[in-house]
Amino acid sequence: MTITGIALVAGIGLSYASSRLPPNEDALVTKVDELLPQTQCAQCGYPGCRPYAAAIVHEAAPINLCPPGGEDTVQRLASLLGRDAMPLAQAAQTNMRESVAFIDESSCIGCTHCRDVCPVDAIVGAHQFMHTILADECTGCELCLPRCPVDCIQMKPAA
Amino acid sequence: MTAPTFDLGTLHGGLRLPILKDESTAQVIQHVPVPAQLVLPLAQHAGEPAHPVVSIGERVLKGQLIADADGIISAPVHASSSGKVVAIEQWPVSRRLGENAPCIIIECDGLDRAVHLSEPIVPFEKQSPNILFQKILHGGIVGLGGAVFPTAHKLMEATTESLEHLILNGVECESYISCDDMLMREHATAVVVGAQILLHALRLDHCFIAVESDKPQAIRALADALSEVQDDRIAVKQIPTIYPSGAEDQVVQLVTRKEVPTGGLPTDVGCLVQNVGTAAAVYDWVCKGEPLISRVTTVTGDGVASPMNVKSRIGTTVADVVNFIGGYTDRANQLIIGGPMTGRSVTTDRVPLVKATNCILVLSASPQIGAEKPCIRCGDCAQVCPVLLLPQQLYWYACADNEPKLRSYGLTDCIECGCCDLVCPSHIPLTADFRSAKLRMRELADEKARAERAKQRFETRTVRLEREQLQRAHELLKQKEQVKKAGPKAIEDILERSMQPSEPDKDE
Repeated sequence: MTITGIALVAGIGLSYASSRLPPNEDALVTKVDELLPQTQCAQCGYPGCRPYAAAIVHEAAPINLCPPGGEDTVQRLASLLGRDAMPLAQAAQTNMRESVAFIDESSCIGCTHCRDVCPVDAIVGAHQFMHTILADECTGCELCLPRCPVDCIQMKPAA
Repeated sequence: MTAPTFDLGTLHGGLRLPILKDESTAQVIQHVPVPAQLVLPLAQHAGEPAHPVVSIGERVLKGQLIADADGIISAPVHASSSGKVVAIEQWPVSRRLGENAPCIIIECDGLDRAVHLSEPIVPFEKQSPNILFQKILHGGIVGLGGAVFPTAHKLMEATTESLEHLILNGVECESYISCDDMLMREHATAVVVGAQILLHALRLDHCFIAVESDKPQAIRALADALSEVQDDRIAVKQIPTIYPSGAEDQVVQLVTRKEVPTGGLPTDVGCLVQNVGTAAAVYDWVCKGEPLISRVTTVTGDGVASPMNVKSRIGTTVADVVNFIGGYTDRANQLIIGGPMTGRSVTTDRVPLVKATNCILVLSASPQIGAEKPCIRCGDCAQVCPVLLLPQQLYWYACADNEPKLRSYGLTDCIECGCCDLVCPSHIPLTADFRSAKLRMRELADEKARAERAKQRFETRTVRLEREQLQRAHELLKQKEQVKKAGPKAIEDILERSMQPSEPDKDE
């Protein structure tokens, strides 16, 4: 009788836990990914927001590596994962979420370097043809800036 | 009478505001003469701004198209008098967002020569609805009740729903404003024929003209006009004088007892609401060929010499209108475009009168508002809220920026009527807080959509890069296999062949 009671309680407890806790780590990665700003700027040291989310879940990467997300994102991640909030490892240099890249088309030499590095395919252009940026899709990640050999890309405030 | 009659619905809450309309209704509508300069904003309507079709230096005539509709929801703008286009530039306006907007500036020649008016469509009964919709679209007609939504689009969208009633909104619930009242008194026939045109275009059989019970003269004028045209599809409905009974959803609720659902439109309960001024504008355009180039506006308040209703050309500046009625008094201090509850105060009288301007209010002093104190949770705001919200809870969540709670407590249903502000004993500017909370909510949603798109693009790119890498690896493997198949002597063979003179070519 006692054993049956214990088994019943444990069963209810387990089924409650399985319904409340994320069913697998993939779902948790998606949840973490949703809290990240999706600039795909790679400032965290991982090649994009989803890889960073995976690293947080699988490799216990610190949660304070996202400068564009700011302190808000750290707070939200901390409460989602039950970890301690900590100050940002590196403060944001620029306001990425409100700026877009702009190519000075008269100086562009058509090298395709910026096009290849854009994480959201927001740069169009072919070899030896002028490139241009789809301002609506640009996340302001600034990854294209250092790649331009003629420094013809600059950041402008988003419209 | 074939229009069904049923009891009036009731409105939750609301306020009885002081009626301050007697000064402005004492005399008939006066016509403001042609001003020296007209300022016509390109965005006088909801939706995309119109794009100019005249160039600087061009001479235009009254009624000529100067900016055409651009985009799906838009409306054209016509010159309201004859003259020369002198500039297309930024000018201070009384819009909700931003201080300045692009305007076409016309220097009037004072002759007021009209273009050959477009052919009126009479009799309109013989026209198909589509022709009428197109006609209304080209007349630049927008909702004159305040929302300035392009009328043709509203009508066309409504035809996709199953409609029962057309409701003409003649309820002016704000203190001071009396332009619709005067319009109904003096141009009741235009309103009634306008209603007939709309009924015909929508293929409807019922129309209510909703008027507040404190406007006996307007009701009599409408009744006279109705008995003249002998149309039993149209009925006048008296509405209790409670603020904000003139808001679109509230009129529907009062007239039909049906509540417009959350996030829905009056068409969801089978009603289409148009302002009485809009109906008159439709009549002027369809039957007389005059596009929307003038409107009736109330100029009132204790800051003007003689309050009255004026009919002035769209684009006349507030300064010109006030000059015409005798100027400001010494006490004039604050200028508000719109009513005291929902209007917006402006800092300069250089702003033009636009299609939406129903009232120019000049007050001697800003209303006395006490200092803001903490919420004492008295619940007075919930008592007066006409849409049954809980403003004190919303205020709480707006302060905490709690978006899910704001959503579940129905912030998006707030009609920003300002009743809660007025009764709050702690003088909390609730409506202003709700307005900014709504804006933040919209921004947040935009940001979320943007992030979602970036995420998808990033993921697609990752998949693409992986595929390309796989392809390259595959090709490399294939080449290696080829080399292997050819054996170790292959390279030597190639070298040998290249050394030989090109004799084998002759065989080919």
